[in-house]
Amino acid sequence: MTTSALAAPATGVNTDVRRRPGQAQGGENRSGWLFATPFLVLYVAFLIGPVLIGLVISLFNTTTVTSGLGSWVGLSNYAAVLSNGDFWASMWHSVLFTLLTTPLLVLLPLLFAVFASRVVHNRWFFRLAFFAPYVVPSSAVCLIFAFMYTPQTGLVTNAFGWVGLTAPNFLGTTSGAWFAVVLLTLWWTFGFNFILYTAAIQDISEEVYEAASIDGAGPWQQIRSITIPLLRPTMSLVLILQVLASLKVFDQIYILLAGGPNYSTRPVIEYIYDTGFTSYRGGYAAAATMVYFVILVAVSAGWLLVRRSRTATAANA
Amino acid sequence: MSATVATSRTPSRSSRRRGTDAGGLFNRLAVTCLTLFALIWLVPFLWALITSLRPDSEIAAHPTRPWSNNWNLDAYRAAWHSTAIGWWYVNSFIISTLAVIFTVVVCSMVAFALVNLNFRGKHAVFAVILAGLMLPTEALVLPQFMEFRALHLLGTYWGIILPAVALPVAVFVFHAFIKGIPVALIEAARLDGASWWRIYYQVCMPLCRPAISAVAILTFITSWNAFLWPLLVLTQTKSQTIPVGLSGLIGGAAIQYAQTMASSVLGILPLLAVFLVLQRQITQGVANTGIK
Repeated sequence: MTTSALAAPATGVNTDVRRRPGQAQGGENRSGWLFATPFLVLYVAFLIGPVLIGLVISLFNTTTVTSGLGSWVGLSNYAAVLSNGDFWASMWHSVLFTLLTTPLLVLLPLLFAVFASRVVHNRWFFRLAFFAPYVVPSSAVCLIFAFMYTPQTGLVTNAFGWVGLTAPNFLGTTSGAWFAVVLLTLWWTFGFNFILYTAAIQDISEEVYEAASIDGAGPWQQIRSITIPLLRPTMSLVLILQVLASLKVFDQIYILLAGGPNYSTRPVIEYIYDTGFTSYRGGYAAAATMVYFVILVAVSAGWLLVRRSRTATAANA
Repeated sequence: MSATVATSRTPSRSSRRRGTDAGGLFNRLAVTCLTLFALIWLVPFLWALITSLRPDSEIAAHPTRPWSNNWNLDAYRAAWHSTAIGWWYVNSFIISTLAVIFTVVVCSMVAFALVNLNFRGKHAVFAVILAGLMLPTEALVLPQFMEFRALHLLGTYWGIILPAVALPVAVFVFHAFIKGIPVALIEAARLDGASWWRIYYQVCMPLCRPAISAVAILTFITSWNAFLWPLLVLTQTKSQTIPVGLSGLIGGAAIQYAQTMASSVLGILPLLAVFLVLQRQITQGVANTGIK
């Protein structure tokens, strides 16, 4: 959902002088809008549309069963959502999932990408092993892990025994369930961040390392004082992408645990799903959607502001 | 210039490898650690494959034994016949393919206009698309559902495809790439009397192949793996996609081990095959766009 600027292909042509002076051509104006129209129509209809519809519905006591808006209830849906313990519990579950997964998924792939940069041969093998899970559908991942988490017979359950530990009941207890879903997520999405780091490391010039090693810097010193500082922007990007992805968790928890045991892991999206599509309280679920939406937008906007002020101070310094 | 880069690169790389004794030790340690983890990462795949090829009775008797006295494909036959997985393949394939085609065409068109055409309101359009990067669409499934019900698009392929097409990040991938095309090329085509449409598909698009493949591959993967929205829109068993259909088998994992694992292997295969063939392009595309 977010982009790091894609490097434009080098053509050796100065592309800034694209605007031809003094041309208020009607034809160009019309063509421009014709080219932009298909995108803009779909964008307004299916990206902006749901935001506005959610905003409207949240002010009515709409039900999901019948069509039609229902009657105006003002802000009472919001009052109900904000004072509902289940909503805040589900919000906490999404935040907890983010707190559990983000450090692992920001730091471990960094460590392994640094290791991988030290490897010269067979890099494709690491790319394959780490990134392949990312192209697998969430439900296939959940089927495999559910099988490995089976009490007594599952592979992960038994692996605990091999190293002398007792496996928790993965799908039956809350702590076991969190462990299960975090491990699954680590395996599934690790490769994405790994690839982002690997690409950034490849962009660091070899000569910097060469100079450092001539000066007698050991491998740890090189990593600490060259690789890590130069990777700061990438770490920041990986961090925000990970936080947003983790806050939007749904698939794994829904498929593997159905939000259980006893709703103790249910994330916000599943709460919205349950109230909107199982209890048919459309207006209420729309209010919950809008609260959640504002939180997510605030997180990305906050990240952008922090980054902008950082680059501004860096430019002034 | 590229030749000098290549020659200066080779010795520097090997010198870094040679390095000091501590460096050599560190590199060996890094490789060992990395290899160990990569092997662990492959275990779930191998485990699913092995289980799917063993008879259920044997799995129940020796659940963690990685070999079998009786390898067979029965579970695959059972999985194929007891689920509508054939239909799920067809649905997933049609939806993902159409999503790719529409996304590539629609997003490259608007990017082309933003780079090459001076139309009124261009900067506003650019800003709106930029803002779209921050829009958490996954969070908006409920109002989106209400909208699609009102439009009578529930239960149709279009219900899945249409909301996936206007992808802001794809616009920026194309925008960055089209900006790199020399202006002289566009100007020359203009002077020859070519229409903007012809310049778009005869000059610009052929030069955009790397951007097209990056957007196409990542749209295909995202669309193939989408779960929540297809779960809400396609409710008939035969109209479901692979991820939604497979999720219905979750309860069976504790009883029909082999068959459930066979189904998941079948669900994994197409994209894993795509990935094995296009490994380099896919990882490069991810690195360049950061689509998640």
